[in-house]
Parts: sequence; C-alpha cells; structure tokens
Amino acid sequence: MKPSFNRRSFMKVAGVSIGVGALYQIVPTWGKGKEGQEMARLLGKANGEPVSPFSFVQLSDTHVGFNGPPDPLGTKAFELAVEKVNQLSEKPELVLFTGDLTHDSEDPDEHASRMKLFQKISSRLNVAKIKHVPGEHDAGLDGGKLFREFFGETSYSFDHRGIHFIALDNVSRAKPEVGEEQRAWLKKDVARFSKTSPIVVFTHRPLFDLKPEWEWFTSDGDEVMNVLAPFENVTVLYGHIHRQNTQKLGNATHYAARSLIFAFPDPESGSEKKPIPFDKDQPFKNLGIRQISGKEQHSVSPGSLSINDVELTVREYAGTAGIQQILKEGVSL
Amino acid sequence: MKSFLKSPLSLLVAAGMILSGVVRTHATDTPREVVVTAKRFEFTPKQITLKKGETVTLKLTSEDVTHGFFVRPLKIDTEIVPGKTTEVTITPQATGKFTTICDHFCGVGHGNMMMTIIVEE
Repeated sequence: MKPSFNRRSFMKVAGVSIGVGALYQIVPTWGKGKEGQEMARLLGKANGEPVSPFSFVQLSDTHVGFNGPPDPLGTKAFELAVEKVNQLSEKPELVLFTGDLTHDSEDPDEHASRMKLFQKISSRLNVAKIKHVPGEHDAGLDGGKLFREFFGETSYSFDHRGIHFIALDNVSRAKPEVGEEQRAWLKKDVARFSKTSPIVVFTHRPLFDLKPEWEWFTSDGDEVMNVLAPFENVTVLYGHIHRQNTQKLGNATHYAARSLIFAFPDPESGSEKKPIPFDKDQPFKNLGIRQISGKEQHSVSPGSLSINDVELTVREYAGTAGIQQILKEGVSL
Repeated sequence: MKSFLKSPLSLLVAAGMILSGVVRTHATDTPREVVVTAKRFEFTPKQITLKKGETVTLKLTSEDVTHGFFVRPLKIDTEIVPGKTTEVTITPQATGKFTTICDHFCGVGHGNMMMTIIVEE
C-alpha cells in the first residue's frame, strides 16, 4: 500500500551558527497524529529505528598548541565555545569534533601535552557523547598513532536515534585520501541500511574538490561519495577550511564548520591562502563569537512536529533539509 | 633508388651524417629537464616556466622528508621520497599559471608549501 503522505522531507537538519561551531537539530517533520505515527512506523521498519528529535553540535579546528600572529589567543575561542555549548537552551546530546584538535609538534611529548590540554578543555562539555576524527595536524606525521592513544580509532561508525554516523579518516595516510581499505570498510558498514536511512558522515577534509590548489579536497572523495550515492539522505560534516561552506552535491549536502582559531578567506575572492589577519579590537571577528537565544517556535507545516529552531539572533547558514528523507510517490517502504 | 640504398656509398653517406650530427634522433626526442628540489616547507625554484606543447621532464628530489607534488590541471600527483629522483614527464596543453602544492603532510608549515608552474604559448 502506498503511503498517503505528501512528498516532503521527513526530517530537517537546521544547521545554525552559534558563533563557535555549528548546531544541528534533527527533527522529524511528520506530525504526531495518526498519519505521522504511521510514517514513523514505516520508516522505522525500513531503517531499523525511527528518527527522533535531538540536537548535536559540530566543533572544528581547535588547533590546541597554536599560538602565533594570525591568532595569538591560543585556546580562548575553544574555551568560549565550550561555555556557549553548555549554555544552549536545548542541550545537545552529541558533540562531533571534525579534526585538527591539536596543532602538530615535532616533539611527540609536546604533541601529547597538547592532546591532553584538548581533552582537559573538551571534558568541560556537559554533553553525554563526544566523538572525534583527526585532522592532518593530529595524525599526518605519525599515521594517527598518538591520536589513537588518546581518542581511539580514526574511523568508526555508530547509531544515534535512528541516524547512522560515520567517522571517516582522510588524513592519517599523510595524503588527502581515505584509502582503499577504509573505502571497503565503508561499503560493508552501510550495506545493512536501506536507501532511505539517514547517514551523517563526519570527516576533516572536504570529500569533493572545493579548492584543490589549497589542498581543500580528498583525492578519492568521488569514490567515497559513490559508495554513499545510493542513499537518499547523506549529510557530510567537515572542517579543515576554517570557514563556513555549504554544497549540495547529488543526494548529499556537505557542511563545513567555522574554526576555533584563525579563519581563511573565501577561496572565490581571489585571495591568497593566508589566514585573515588578527584584529585585536575584534579578536573573535572571523570566528564569529555571537550570542544566541534559542526557544521553541513555529511548526514547519500543518500536521508536523514543532521544530525547535534556534531563534536566529545569529545567521542561519545551513538552511533546511541537510538530510532529505523524501517519500517518493509510488515507493512503498 | 633501391640500388643507391644498397650501395656502399649510401652506407658511407649515412655514417657521415651520423658522425657529423645531422641525425640527432636521440637528442631531439629527449625532453628538456627541469630540476625541482623540495624541503620543508618550500620548493626550489619557486616558479618554473614551460611552453605549451613542449614535453618536459621534471626531476624531483627531496632534501629531507617525503613530500607530495600535486597540480590537478596538469594531472600531476606524485610523491618525492628522499634519496631518490622522481621523474614526471608532461606536455602541457593549455597555458596558465598553476599552483603546485605539497600534498603529503610534512609538518607545521606544510599548508604553505607551494610553487608556481607557468605555461606560456
């Protein structure tokens, strides 16, 4: 029997800049009524678990240990980010760090002390689940050895409230690549899911050619995305570029979060790849430390659940439908 | 004509041409060589100029650690391993100014390790 629902997103990812990272709210957009319950049941049956509302935060590029002219504030923005996340009115259930947790050091002991400092600061997050992927500054010199000692495997997956999260490592091989072995693992990892299952990939470098001459790419990114191509609802979260960016490519939407250290300019501006100069009068200018106030507000469409959108005293950058769970007419679940 | 080619005279003429350098098959087929050295966190020279349609062999060496040598528009993506010369032969088909980067992470200044390849008419 064909579902009687309208063709629309069944879930919405509201990516909101909180000035220090990105807040994503996963909210099913079907209603609480009989129709909505039926949709939840069908999707739950197809995907193993129905998606239920929750929010999570992405933080990126903290570069603990960096202290130089482009940004002499060290860990100040990171520490402020932790405070901001703890102050969010809707408590996130998960924080994802998308790499470059630390700035690399030639001295392994010094690098280890930077990882310890990262852990010390991030442990202040009042969040139940914290997950990490490495950036090249964490894992590029030693193949991820030190990162594994502190944070565990560099690629893995887990499920949370009906969403399948995949951590992909595109830095530990020193080159910007995921590699054959990890791609084979990815293929196996997603094999058990239906095409409508929502998938969130988090990684460090962009999985597409954003700006190859700035090393803003992953050489086998196309092959990775080909593995994910059959899935209708793929969201990729990444860091590395120290600025916000959103790209919709095929079924996937790719979001880059701001960094917590110096920002890079817009690659389309014709600028050189140099950090935006530090402004001592506005020390967090391009990191965008801004206050937010969040409260429940409007419904998305008749018969749907309320969306706990953050009231935008800050700019919403990701828009909607980062994950698009589309019920196509004529498709039975 | 056939008889000329088979004659001792023809052999002498051919030998003379080779000895006088008129026939330089090997020399004309050998691409120009351009040497590029990598070390953390720079390439030397910082810029090279090539001609469109000219076949050139880039001879790449590293003075310290493994580096990458990557320039997508020229279809070059290779590694420069210390102690060995990496050769890349290219025939650029388009003019332009192409940024070449190290894409093998080599340390704190890695992100700024780049050089320019200019291809002229």
